[in-house]
Order: sequence, then C-alpha cells, then structure tokens
Amino acid sequence: MFNKKAFLVDLFFISLCLLILSALLSFLSRKGTRHWGCGGVFAGSAIGLVFSVQALVQNLTLTKSFGILLPSLSLTFGIDALSAFFLVAIFGLSLLTSLYAWGYLENQDLLLPSLPFFPLLVASMAAVVTAQDGFLFLICWEMMSLTSFFLVVTEHKLREVRHAGWIYLVATHLATTFLIVFFVLLYKKTGSFLFDDWALLISIPPFLSGLLFFLALVGFGTKAGIFPFHVWLPHAHPAAPSYISALMSGVMIKTGIYGLLRALTFLGLPPLWWGGCLVGIGILSAVFGVLYALVQHDVKRLLAYHSVENIGIIMTGIGLGLIGIAEGNATITLLGLGGGLLHVWNHAIFKGLLFMGAGSVLHVTHTRMIEQLGGLLKKMPVTGVTFLMGAVAICGLPPLNGFISEFLIYSGLFRGAQSLSGLSLFLVVIGIVGIAFAGGLALACFTKVFGVVFLGEPRSCQKEKIHEVPLTMQIPLIVLSLLCLLGGIFPQFVWSSIARVLEVISPLPKAVLGHGDGVLGLLHPVVYACLIFLGLGIVVGLLGRLLYRGRTIRHAVTWDCGYAQPSPRMQYTASSFAQPIAVFFRVLFRPHLQFQKPGGIFPGPSSFAVQIADFAERIFFQPLFSQCDRIFGFIRKIQKGRVQNYLALIFMTLIVLLLWEVWFGI
Amino acid sequence: MVSELLKLTGHLAILLLIPPIFLGIIAKTKAFFAGRKGPPLLQVYYDLFKLFCKGGVDSRSASFMIRLAPGIVLSTLLMAGLLLPLLYEAPIHFRGDLILFAYLLALGRFFTILAALDVGSSFEGMGASREAAFSAFSELAFFMALVTLAVMTQSTSLSHIFQWGNTHPTFHPAVVLLFISFFLILLTENSRMPIDDPNTHLELTMIHEVMILDYSGPDLGLILYGATLKLFLFMALTASLLWPPTGLFGFQEIGYLLAKVAGIAVVIGVVESVKSRLRLSKIPQLLVANLVITTLALLITVLGGPI
Repeated sequence: MFNKKAFLVDLFFISLCLLILSALLSFLSRKGTRHWGCGGVFAGSAIGLVFSVQALVQNLTLTKSFGILLPSLSLTFGIDALSAFFLVAIFGLSLLTSLYAWGYLENQDLLLPSLPFFPLLVASMAAVVTAQDGFLFLICWEMMSLTSFFLVVTEHKLREVRHAGWIYLVATHLATTFLIVFFVLLYKKTGSFLFDDWALLISIPPFLSGLLFFLALVGFGTKAGIFPFHVWLPHAHPAAPSYISALMSGVMIKTGIYGLLRALTFLGLPPLWWGGCLVGIGILSAVFGVLYALVQHDVKRLLAYHSVENIGIIMTGIGLGLIGIAEGNATITLLGLGGGLLHVWNHAIFKGLLFMGAGSVLHVTHTRMIEQLGGLLKKMPVTGVTFLMGAVAICGLPPLNGFISEFLIYSGLFRGAQSLSGLSLFLVVIGIVGIAFAGGLALACFTKVFGVVFLGEPRSCQKEKIHEVPLTMQIPLIVLSLLCLLGGIFPQFVWSSIARVLEVISPLPKAVLGHGDGVLGLLHPVVYACLIFLGLGIVVGLLGRLLYRGRTIRHAVTWDCGYAQPSPRMQYTASSFAQPIAVFFRVLFRPHLQFQKPGGIFPGPSSFAVQIADFAERIFFQPLFSQCDRIFGFIRKIQKGRVQNYLALIFMTLIVLLLWEVWFGI
Repeated sequence: MVSELLKLTGHLAILLLIPPIFLGIIAKTKAFFAGRKGPPLLQVYYDLFKLFCKGGVDSRSASFMIRLAPGIVLSTLLMAGLLLPLLYEAPIHFRGDLILFAYLLALGRFFTILAALDVGSSFEGMGASREAAFSAFSELAFFMALVTLAVMTQSTSLSHIFQWGNTHPTFHPAVVLLFISFFLILLTENSRMPIDDPNTHLELTMIHEVMILDYSGPDLGLILYGATLKLFLFMALTASLLWPPTGLFGFQEIGYLLAKVAGIAVVIGVVESVKSRLRLSKIPQLLVANLVITTLALLITVLGGPI
C-alpha cells in the first residue's frame, strides 16, 4: 500500500538532496552557475514547501534516524508542528528569493562565485529546524553560519565587506560556544543527544535550568539579533547581496527564535524571571533597534536595524507567553506566544519584501545611500508600491499583516495589565508603552525611507537611466505584498496551525489551549473591522475623485514661497528628517561630527558628516575586546605561522583533555 | 433592527455634519479674547463648500501619493469615528478596538507625512519631520493612558470603557489626571497652540499646516474636513472622560454631546489665547512629561484600589 506519510518525508529528503546537488552543479559548471544555483533552489524549495505545508496542516510528527559514523551517534531528523512552522517560512521565502536572484544576478559576474552557497544555506536552515538531536543540530547550525558567512563576503574585494564578514564570523562563533556548552550540559544530564529524551526531562534544579536558559538566550539570541548581541546584523546585512540579505533577515535569524523555543521545551516550567528577562530584552531591542535605524542613511543597514526591532517584538510576545505560564494565565500565554509566532511569519514576509525592494533600488541606481535617491516611484512603480506595502506592514498599521500580530501581542499585554499585579504588571505596562513607542518611531523611520527614496525629485544627478527591474524580480515583490494583505484580512486560516505549534512549545495542558477558539473570537471582529475600513477607504477615495469630475487641474511647480526654479537640492534630506529625534536622544547616539565650515570672503569647500557608532558596540564590545586583546596578547608569541606548531598544540590539547576525562570524567 | 439602523445613521450624521462647527467656536473664543468680532460660526462650512466647487493645481514633482492620501486619511478618521462611542456604544465595537483606534490614527499620519514628502518641498519636509517625531513621543502618553483606562474599567473596548452609568467617579484623581493628559494629547494630535500654531501658513514654526501647502481644491476640502473630524473625535474622547455618554439615544443626548464638546472647544480657544507657542525643542519634553502624568494616573489606579 502506498504510504502517504513516508512519501511526504521522502519529499523532504528529496528536497535536501536537490539543494545539495544544485550547489555542486553550480560550483562545477562554468557557464551555468546561475541556472543551476537558482533553479536548484527553486525546485528544492518548491518540493520542500509542499512537504512542510502538508506537515503543518496534517500535524505530522515523525522522526527518522540515520546511524552512521560512530556507534553512539546517530543523526536524527524529525518533524513536528514547531519545525514545520519554521520550515514553511524557510522554503517559502527561499522559493521567492531564488526567483529574485535569477533576475538579480543576471550580468553580475562579481556576485556569482558565492552562489553555490545559496542552496547550501537553504538546505542547512531546513536541516537546523528539523534536526532532532543536539549533535546534528550543531553541525547544521555551523553549516548555516559558514555558508551564510561566505555569502556575506561575496564582494570580498571591498574592505568594509571583509570587516563585516569578520564581525559576523566572530559573533556567530562566540554564540555557538554558548550553544555547545548548553548542549553538553544537557547531554551530561541525560546521557543522550536526542531532543526527545531531553523533552522528557522533568526535574532540573532551578540553578541549572536558569543557567541553561541563559546559555540558550545568549547563544540563540545572538543569531536572532537581540540587543546587545545584535552588532553583527547592521554590518552583515548591507554587505551581503540583496537576495541573501532578504533570506538572512527574513528567515535565517528566525532559526535563533526557533532554537530558543525548542530549548524552552526542554527546560520545564519557566519561572517568572525568564519571561521578564525576555520582555525586557525584547523592549530594549525594539526601541534601540528602531532608534538606530532612524539615523542610518544606508537603506540596507537601516533595514537590518529594523530586524532587531522586530525580533524585539517577537521576544516580547514570547516573554509575555512565559509570564502567562508562570502566572498560570492561559489567555495571556496564548496571545503572547501566538502573537510572537505569527510575527515570525509576518516579519519573514515583509522583511523579505523590503530587502528585495531595497535590492531592486540598488540594482538600478547602484547606491544604497538614500540621501542620493529620490523620485523613484514614478520610474519604478511596481517596486515603489510593493515597498510601500512592506513599509505599512512593518509599521504594524492596519489593514496589513503586521497589525494582526501586533494586535495579538497588545491584546495579551492589555489582558496582562488587567489581571496581573506586582512585577508582572510592571513588565506588561513597559511592554505596551515600549512597543507603542517603537511603533511610532518605526512610522517616522519608514516615512523617511519611502519619502526620501521614492518620493520628491531625484537628489543627485542620476547618470544611468532609471527603469523598472525585470519581471523575475517583480514577481516575488508582488507575491509578498499580496501575502501582506492576505495576512491582514485572513489571519484566521493561519491561527489553526499556530495553535498546533503552541501545543508543542507550551507546557500547558491541551484542555487549556482549547481556548485557542477564544483567540479566534478576538481576531474575527478586528478582521471584519479591517475589511470595513478597506471598503470605506475605497468608497471615500472614489468620492474624492468624483469631486474632480469636470474640473480643470493645472500643473505647476511645487509651492516653495515663490521660488521660480526649485532645485532638488532644496528638498529635505533624510538626516534632517530624523534630526528632531536624533537631537532628543543625542546622549545615546553620541554623534561624531566632521564639520568643515565655509570661511573667508571666497568660501572654500565645506563639508558636514555625522557618524553614529552603535551603543552596544561602543559601551560593551569594544572595551571587552580591547581588554581581551590586552590580557591575551602574550599568546601571540606562540603564533609563528608554522603548521607543525599548531598541530603540536592541538595534539597537546587533546592529550590534556584525555587525561582530564580519565581522572575527572569531565 | 430598525433602531440599530437609526442609531448608525445618527452616529454617521453626527460624524459627517457636526465637526466643522467647533473650529468656528474656537475661532469665536479667540476673537472674543482679542476683542474682535471674528469670522461667522459657520465659516468652515462656507470654506468647505467653496473648496469642493473648485478645480485643482498639481505639483509637477508629485506622484500619485498626493492624490491617494486625502482619501485614506479621511477614511481612517471616519473608521476611528465609528469605533468611538458618542451617545451610546459605538456602531463597531469589540475587545481591543482601542488598539485599532490608535493604529488607524497612525495610518492616517503615515499617509499625511508621505503626501507631504511627495512634492519635494523643504517646508513640507520640515513639517513632516516634526509631525513624525512629536507623534512618536505622544504615542508614549497615549498608550499609557489607554492602559490606565483599560485597567480602571477592566475593558479594552472604547464603548465599554465609557459605559459608566451612574457610577462615574467624576473627580477621582486618576480620572482628572487622565483628563489633563488626554487634553494635552488632543492639543498635540490636532496641532493646537502650545505645540503648533494653526494660524500661520508660511513660518518655519508650524507642523500640520505646512504639510498640506501643496493641496488645493476638493483635496484640500477633504483634508480640512478630516482635520475638523479628528479634532471632534479627540474632543469627544476627552470630554467623555469627565462626562461619559449616557447610553441613551435621543435629541437631548445629542444636545449634551454638543454642549460638552463645545465646552472643550471653548477651553482650547482660551488656551490658544493665553498661551504662546512652545519652542520646538521643548515639545518632546512636554510630551514626555505627559507620560509622567499618565503614569501617575496608572499608579493611582493600581494602588488606590477599586474606584
């Protein structure tokens, strides 16, 4: 008999094999790198998407082991609702990204050499969320970090790109160290690497579980980009080619969220301080992320900071869920965790859209600096309108998808404010005000980006002729912006799958989670209200147009107090736009000004430049690394650049470890 | 069913017809303080009629955004108006509608700012930048005030929040503080006096008025009506704090509503007559101070026990 379940699982492995094969072929092929790479990702992701959607809808729970290599080790893949949920996002966005990359990489020979890593990155992300034992997980995690590193340093001839790659490599490996300790501790506790065995762990002493939570938070949080471990994001995202930025920001950093959620399933009932910690970090990330985004002039760097903001919102949701568990309040848990999870998908959609839109702008104008752009909406209408949809969605404005997930988190926070007391009450109130403030700043930020890049007049004389991007680059943008709208007006369809994920990650009994219907009861009216609003908007818009019937419309220059010849240089710049907020937070930003005043009777050249260093980098990481440099400087003496020395050192280390194992048993 | 329909029609009629008169009341109050006669009470209606009958002038720099924005902004305000209880509960009400209310206003702001940036004028860019910054700061106090209301009444629907019946504690300190805070938010959101000067058009001092410099004809009419509607919504919201809707539907209640909103309009007129505009750098400080007021209100609500 035809076994449908087994066939489905085979689909997953077929997709992985296809991805790896296409990486090989695109590496070996001389002329067909782009065809094999993008085509392979397209086919592999399409198959993977079919599998993951089916797995999520059918709530498939399966594991499959491959016993290889060492006797005690087996590689176990498995799928449950949590894995499937992230898998859908990974394959879905990869599918669109491959289409986009097809157009993006045409005649871009400089960007091609790193393309074979693209299918590998997709495969390793898929493997990370389906790995069901710690050992395999770490291997895939490392694969993911390395492939994305090679993709980040695609344009390695540029100094800043190498710098960005270096920061990313160091950050991701420091984080992995925490994860290795996390996994080894769990292994020592249970004697097994299998996630299933870890999930059965019942009694962990509070100290150990607290330590494990901390390790997971730092390890996974660095990948996710929480404050203050976000420093690699604003370097790595602008350096990478745009399709990779979209993939990294849309789904790769979400593997950090996945890891944290998976880790929470091992650690038992969370005490209150975990939730408090996550809400605090979430709000800090949200507010700091958007504040730094506001003062950026590089559109991709700005979007990278916005990822920090959105990860903050997701973390706030998860933290609220944990507070709900600790306080025994199921509704808050549902709303918090559910809203956070929904925001994972939503952020993948609109951040993928925004990065690809920014990529299209970069593709056509060859600059990421928004101060040099302007007036693109008239020349690139599809890119402009889809970017606008993404901007409205990321600000959490109705009626798009960002609003729905923020609405759920807000509802949970408000519910918390009404029913909790003491520390929890304080936390949820901070949560509400923090998200609201971040939302207001995000609005300022995206009106700045869209207004400066797409509206007004071109700021610098653009040499190239500006034209709309090819169709393969438009289609992903259109699909994603339609998803933004659908996510805003039909979120009920997604909720059933989120409810299944909640069953996996929340230790609450299923009966309590049955209240998921209550959440639907909350979602339905807001969705109807959004639909009414859409209808109202169309009616009012049409009426407004009707008023112009039969009237003359003249065209004239912009009214600027009577200037006859306004020049594009008179426009407000992005820096001026952000200035009121930047001045208010100057203590935080510590801007570094380079100002050469014009002077003399015949003023010479003058210039003005502002540089803003990241707070976390300045206060935390720079002192940390310079201290390390000072303390461990003596080690440089043994670095002679001879392979024999290094081999000898590795050998000695192994012997020491062996002796340690014999005497102490670690 | 019929009475529901009647109530909806009544609510819509109030939203569509009444708001412009309150600008007239403010103008009359200011004229009284200045010792002038002032424009007629119905001046805004005349202005609207005149604008709706005109043609338009478009900037050559503008894209379709400037055409799109007035419709979107007006529909966000109308939708927000449908969520706000005026005489009884609002036509659309559900748990969490205050979040939608706040975010609809934000959506309107988003498109107002974009339309201002569309024409590439430095004046409008300046206004847009200030609007974006000050509203972000104002969001702090607004959401804190919403939390306080939600905790005080154990509800997240505007209709339920203002359903006090006979138990309304008019001069409870938390309510009074909230009233002050909402009044400041009202002044900020509607660009009234200590924050912004609604009278000057071409000074570097203002926020809202400068963002709409390049509008003309019916679009300007939509924006003007939208501004009066927004002012009306905020005045009704603020007044409802001290004098909640009765929950009945009748001409007497409509009279009450008009009286209380007119009262707030007179207060705004007085404030505009006796206060000068704040320096721009002071405005964020005022808005953050407003956060402190609402935080106090929340503390009183949480620690002070049931009202």
